[in-house]
Amino acid sequence: MLKLEKDTRHKVRFVLNGSPVSGWADARMLLSDFLRQELGETGTHVGCEHGVCGACTVRIEGRAVRSCLTLAVQAEGFDIQTVEGLAGDDGALNALQTAFRKHHALQCGYCTSGILMSLTDMFQRNPSPSRDEIEDVVGGHICRCTGYAGIMDAALEVAEAGAGK
Amino acid sequence: MTDTKTLNVGQPLERTEDLRLLRGRGRYADDLPVSPRTLNAAILRSPHAHAEIETIDITEAMSMPGVAAVITGEDVAQHSDPFLVALRQPLHQWPLAVGRVRYVGEPVAVVIADDRYLAEDAVDALQVSYKPLPSVIDPEEAASDGAPLVHEEAGTNLVSVRDFTYGDPDAAFAEADHTFKLTTQFPRHSYMPMENFVVVAEYKIEDESYDVLSNFQGPYSTHPVMSRALRVPGSRLRLRTPRDSGGSFGIKLAVFPYIVLMSVASKITGRPVRWVEDRYEHLTAANSCPNRVTTLEAAVTKDGVITALRFDQLEDYGAFLRAPMPGPLYRMQGAITGAYAIDNVAITNKIVVSNKMPAGLVRGFGGPQLYFALERMTNHIAGELGMDHLDLIRKNLIPAGSFPYKAAAGSLLDSGDYQKAIEITTGEGRLEDLIKRRDAARAQGKLYGIGYAAIVEPGMSNMGYLSTLLTAEAREKSGPKNGAISMATVNVEPMGTVSITADCMPQGQGHETILAQIVSDQLGLAPEDITVNVEHDTQKDQWSIAAGTYSCRFTPGTAVAAQMAAAQVRDKLAKIAAKNLNTPAENIEFTDGKIHAAGNPDNAISFGRVAGTAHWAPAELPDGMEAGIRETASWTPPELEAPSPGDHINTSLTYGFVFDMCGVEVDPVTAMVRIDRYVTMHDAGKLLNPLIAEGQVLGSFAQGIGTALHEEFLYDDDGNFLTGTFADYLIPTVAEVPRPEILHMASPSPFTPLGAKGMAEGCCMSTPVCIANAVSDALGVNVAQLPMSPKRLHALIDEDEPPRPSGAGQ
Repeated sequence: MLKLEKDTRHKVRFVLNGSPVSGWADARMLLSDFLRQELGETGTHVGCEHGVCGACTVRIEGRAVRSCLTLAVQAEGFDIQTVEGLAGDDGALNALQTAFRKHHALQCGYCTSGILMSLTDMFQRNPSPSRDEIEDVVGGHICRCTGYAGIMDAALEVAEAGAGK
Repeated sequence: MTDTKTLNVGQPLERTEDLRLLRGRGRYADDLPVSPRTLNAAILRSPHAHAEIETIDITEAMSMPGVAAVITGEDVAQHSDPFLVALRQPLHQWPLAVGRVRYVGEPVAVVIADDRYLAEDAVDALQVSYKPLPSVIDPEEAASDGAPLVHEEAGTNLVSVRDFTYGDPDAAFAEADHTFKLTTQFPRHSYMPMENFVVVAEYKIEDESYDVLSNFQGPYSTHPVMSRALRVPGSRLRLRTPRDSGGSFGIKLAVFPYIVLMSVASKITGRPVRWVEDRYEHLTAANSCPNRVTTLEAAVTKDGVITALRFDQLEDYGAFLRAPMPGPLYRMQGAITGAYAIDNVAITNKIVVSNKMPAGLVRGFGGPQLYFALERMTNHIAGELGMDHLDLIRKNLIPAGSFPYKAAAGSLLDSGDYQKAIEITTGEGRLEDLIKRRDAARAQGKLYGIGYAAIVEPGMSNMGYLSTLLTAEAREKSGPKNGAISMATVNVEPMGTVSITADCMPQGQGHETILAQIVSDQLGLAPEDITVNVEHDTQKDQWSIAAGTYSCRFTPGTAVAAQMAAAQVRDKLAKIAAKNLNTPAENIEFTDGKIHAAGNPDNAISFGRVAGTAHWAPAELPDGMEAGIRETASWTPPELEAPSPGDHINTSLTYGFVFDMCGVEVDPVTAMVRIDRYVTMHDAGKLLNPLIAEGQVLGSFAQGIGTALHEEFLYDDDGNFLTGTFADYLIPTVAEVPRPEILHMASPSPFTPLGAKGMAEGCCMSTPVCIANAVSDALGVNVAQLPMSPKRLHALIDEDEPPRPSGAGQ
């Protein structure tokens, strides 16, 4: 097992949205803080820092993870995707993002990054989830603005198109 | 390309904001770069509800790595003055406790360090010695004789009592066939945003000024409160707000004490200071709506006509009365009779302080408190008289055709047809369906009820309403306060591109999209061709005391100012074009990026060319015209007058109407409430963007569900705070929020040029009481307290405990 010194900064390297990145982190630094403060990738938001609200959700090796409950050093060597990595190579919104806009599934946009990452995880494993399955995933997030109706509509549209890949 | 022949206002256009937010390219306060010299703050907070601070030992904390300073109340008192208070009472508040703490969570000391991790380490090393004092939590206890005093200097916790009489309520009560009385309790909660508070403050020694970036939301009447506290002229407190803000719902007004605190911290350390609030801090100490105990009496004829109301409102603001408190107690004053034609009203407004976190703005802002009392009462009257609640509502509504309608306490209700709104809502079989569902459920022995709520939703506050708190004589002395100034600027650049700035601080509403819709219509351009920048800077941008985004002021306020500014630009361009097109300016039209003679699109010049004349060839401009094109419009509606000598006050400019009806089922075993069907009707005049309007209804409905069933800040008897995580403070998730059926009708406001009304708070006001009425109907009781948690409902279910469900084990 890797042992890390408390008062030493450690080099952390991983693949972020397809590109290798690296930075320095104390052993206790959260992945959310590392992404935002060390790498300057501020699309991942911090809402509660105790794992309930879901705003900070990112994908590590494809699985949705709360970055506020993950240490930066734990991410060493992994493949990580954040909201900044969702749009296509040409910068165009993907099917889920487009559906979010169409169905007014976001207002302030603060919780949106995390919800998009959780739904992306779900669609990756199940391109045509049922309403209940979608609700299970959205139920892991708090949105204060929208009342969730637009989020459900957007996810259902993507599910029905089977385009959730 | 949008078809500019159809007006963009009124279209459900997708939002331009989404293009960045969905890509993770929003720029919220904590996303913006700061100087590398910036230090980070962490705050030590009080574990006591009430205590004297004996000593604060900072020695160990100061010796820790990366710590630059520890700031205590003494430092703050040396560098700043206490905040101004609306009441003439000695309720001194600094942003750090000075000598005494008065609620759990009150800031006691601030550690300034290289990073937040190190600052929090040092917070743990601070040693504070407290001498605990008796505390008081319950508002009625706080208001009673002999209660521990929250502010000894005030000599009482009941810091304001004001009586108001409109019409002749005593006579109406004396003549009434029936009188009814109901006491209700509205809880403490907060529609807390997902983004917490952020402040980055820098003291500038060269001109003794402060430069602050914060996700503040206004009202900017608070700006003088901050600059006075910091002992600088307003121009030397530069306050900048970022483009994006992660929700607010009123809450981010309450960042203002921290703006002052971090400004002082920057002055002391000589470095920029950043503070990012965490969720525990936010839950414990950021903001709550005031809790209110209302005793409402009604005088009623035997036919169910309400002839008078008598309100006794005891509102609990917690430990301090922060500006602009006690707004919630007075915001609804003029419209206290809601949707009803009731001529006689008596009001006693009482303000009490207690050892809880200070209250502030929360979406609904006094409306939810009022309507919980009022619509529970109309439901109660109907029940007592053996009438259908809906019939009683209909009987007392303000008559159609009587608008603008002067309500008893002074509100000038601008437009509406409440009868028609209810007819539409109950029509098309909706009410029949609800009744059918109820009857079927009841036939199976289920606890099922139907609820209604009819409410009037105010938009854009009269900045003078709070002065109703003072006596007419005191108002005379301090000078009248009235109006609500909105400002927006439309700028046309040398190549004819258009940009907009405004005095709003959007928090997700979509103002950029709507401003572009409004201005594009005026100028014959496509919305996507217009750039809207809603970052705001008090040293550079237009603002007045009403600036901000709160109390539904955007649609009746800023949107109008933008329309006016665009019209000024249009007039100017028309005059320039008239010369070239050889036609009078009145005959000029703007279509598809062209300026042309009416009815003759071929006689046209491009928008950019006409605009360019003002920049490149000012000598060619018509005589007397200013060069360049930058128009700022300022709008304040004449209807927003100061309170009358008799305390009549038109508290808001627009008054929408909301009618809700729902069917709910209460599980007799778990006491959980299931919303079976929910219908909500909104008349907000003309809708500027129906997609965005629907989003506002859905969002406020979800929050209304939270208030009705889940959300409450809880304290124990000693004032310990019990709801400091999202596992204790329950915000509805998707599983708790059904999709309501939303209906609209449009009675345009005659007082706003666009005919639109504020509309974002309606369901925060209507939904809690509509569900409470349905639950009351289901259980055959009077629900008198929110939220209707299973624990509370269990106590109301007047039955023996039902047998354990089979399979539940022993």
